[in-house]
Amino acid sequence: MTIPADQIPVIELTGVTKSFGPVDVLKGVSLAAYAGKVTALVGDNGAGKSTLIKGLAGVQAYDGGVVKFNGEVVTLHSPRDASSLGIEVVYQDLALCENLDIVQNMFLGREETGLGTLEEGVMEREAAETLQSLSVRTVKSVRQKVSSLSGGQRQTVAIARSVLKKAKVVILDEPTAALGVAQTEQVLHLVRRLADSGVAVIIISHNLVDVFQVADYISVLYLGQMVANLEIGETNNSDIIGYITGSKAFEGATA
Amino acid sequence: MTTPINTDGAKTERSSRVTTTTTSNLAVTIIGTGQEGSVRDQFSGYISRVRGGDMGSLPAIGGFLVLSILFANLNPYFLTTLNMANLFQQAGTLMMLSMALVFVILIAEIDLSAGVTSGVAAGVFVLLVNTYKFEWVTAIVISFVVGVAIGSLIGFFVAKIGVPSFVVTLGLFLGLQGLQLVLLGEGGLYRVETPQVLSIMNDSMEPWAGWVMLVIVVAVAFGMGMWDRTRRTKAGVTNRPMALLLIRVGAIAVGLGIVVFLLNLNRSVSVKAIMGVPYVIPISLIILFVGTFILDRTRFGRHLYAVGGNPEAARRAGIKVTQVRVLAFMACSFLAVVSGIFDASRIGSVDAGSGKTLVLSGVAAAVVGGVSLFGGRGRLSNAVIGAFVIAVIDNGLGLLGLPSGVNYLVTGGVLVLAATVDAISRKRAGSGQLRT
Repeated sequence: MTIPADQIPVIELTGVTKSFGPVDVLKGVSLAAYAGKVTALVGDNGAGKSTLIKGLAGVQAYDGGVVKFNGEVVTLHSPRDASSLGIEVVYQDLALCENLDIVQNMFLGREETGLGTLEEGVMEREAAETLQSLSVRTVKSVRQKVSSLSGGQRQTVAIARSVLKKAKVVILDEPTAALGVAQTEQVLHLVRRLADSGVAVIIISHNLVDVFQVADYISVLYLGQMVANLEIGETNNSDIIGYITGSKAFEGATA
Repeated sequence: MTTPINTDGAKTERSSRVTTTTTSNLAVTIIGTGQEGSVRDQFSGYISRVRGGDMGSLPAIGGFLVLSILFANLNPYFLTTLNMANLFQQAGTLMMLSMALVFVILIAEIDLSAGVTSGVAAGVFVLLVNTYKFEWVTAIVISFVVGVAIGSLIGFFVAKIGVPSFVVTLGLFLGLQGLQLVLLGEGGLYRVETPQVLSIMNDSMEPWAGWVMLVIVVAVAFGMGMWDRTRRTKAGVTNRPMALLLIRVGAIAVGLGIVVFLLNLNRSVSVKAIMGVPYVIPISLIILFVGTFILDRTRFGRHLYAVGGNPEAARRAGIKVTQVRVLAFMACSFLAVVSGIFDASRIGSVDAGSGKTLVLSGVAAAVVGGVSLFGGRGRLSNAVIGAFVIAVIDNGLGLLGLPSGVNYLVTGGVLVLAATVDAISRKRAGSGQLRT
């Protein structure tokens, strides 16, 4: 895969490998995500998507390969490594505390304090600012309890939480899987705005309609190998399905 | 290999693409904080939260008032100031144990051994003072150390090893009763000989000290409110109307003022005058304030609620869940020791069975007050209100001279009612998900 001269990817994986015992889950995968772009990662169950993401999140280190962040080689051995670089993952099950409100969830584990006590005002303002910067309009008050929010609103809160501390790379795991039509639309708009604000977004999805709506690039994993890195304008639904199911092999797939 | 070069032409052709207008064209969306609007707006906001199932301790307050009116009509003695002071002293031990349990109930755990922990601590205290002639302060410190050690033991088994807290504390409930027997002996009964401890429940402050207490409470309530407002203003977010703070502080001043006034009247039925606020009240207020401060305003408190609401989310957010859990059990046992000392003070003696029967009433008080057994919801003040409901049932039925069986039946009924209210309000709050 060639890289445009004018753009260095924010995150770039080259020849990444990972095996569990005798099973090679990732057999030398390459992936790049660019600032301001949405990169969709697709592939059938067992293709290695989760393993790839866990490596980026620092939850499960890769066995081999090179990870570059803004062109520099980095190591991702713990979630702390990832978050200090500005890599945030929004997992499918969101992991929000329903008994807490939006502000409390967004700042969970990284509360602002002054004199040893919580700075509610500062957190409230930053939460509202973050939501506003993503043009979120479906939330009335940042002090609403998460238990009173809809699925789409919860996804919004989870995404807003990930960008609160100026994330550079946001990885979204199936953000629309559990949502209705209108809410999917809202979340996809949010993903687009997230990218437009300069974040490199990697989105995992099984829903190709969503992918074609929002992504700039599509990367297809097939049995631990990256079989295609395509620009959205140069491909179509049936091609992608071909790559995913393995019935079509990309010529010159180097990865 | 395809080169990812941006070709805008291809993108704009697809009408189905998600696009965003540049932010400069957007009218700035204002997201509220729930703090805006007049007193009336705030009030209607509160009403709609209550209707949505967020009732807090409202049912318990209602229950307390209904029961009080009922008993006042049935027995003229109920409303006397002597009985009122009595009620505070009756509720004291239970209130403290119930506040202790809030810390573990908030993380969806239980401490069945809290009652016997209080008994063991009281036993250690009297043993050290009576038999080993320790200074009473040293003895109290040691009994606190013993209590907190028990709490960290529970925490170790629950949080580190992963044994269900129900089992661990049930084991300790039995084991610590054995320890009580070993320490104090079969049928052993030790009199509390420390006047300072005895006076907690049995003596009252000078009337002027009661008024000083009132002034301090009002000043602290107002000061905390103003501190919050200053910080919020500095952060650049809206404050609730000042009138709300004044109403709140005013209500505290009037409510507590009436209590202080009534308790400062002579409530003796014999020649020797008894007047003033019992010491148990200021001690409980201080503990309530410190505990609420920790739960509402510190990271630890926030993490406690998070662990109770969704431990997995808390773990992913980088919270040290194990540590939070251990600390919760330690806090519970610490306050259980306070309740043990209250109990020793009230009864005037400690025996091998002290604190044994109290723990379930403590859980009942917390639940009646609005603390959710499912974790993550509840405040210390809920436990206090719940303890008053249980105590007023005890007190009122006692005055009516009904057999104690009725007492248990009514208390049990109230508990089931409270748990039902909790479950229904949770359902209601859950149905909010459907609203978009």
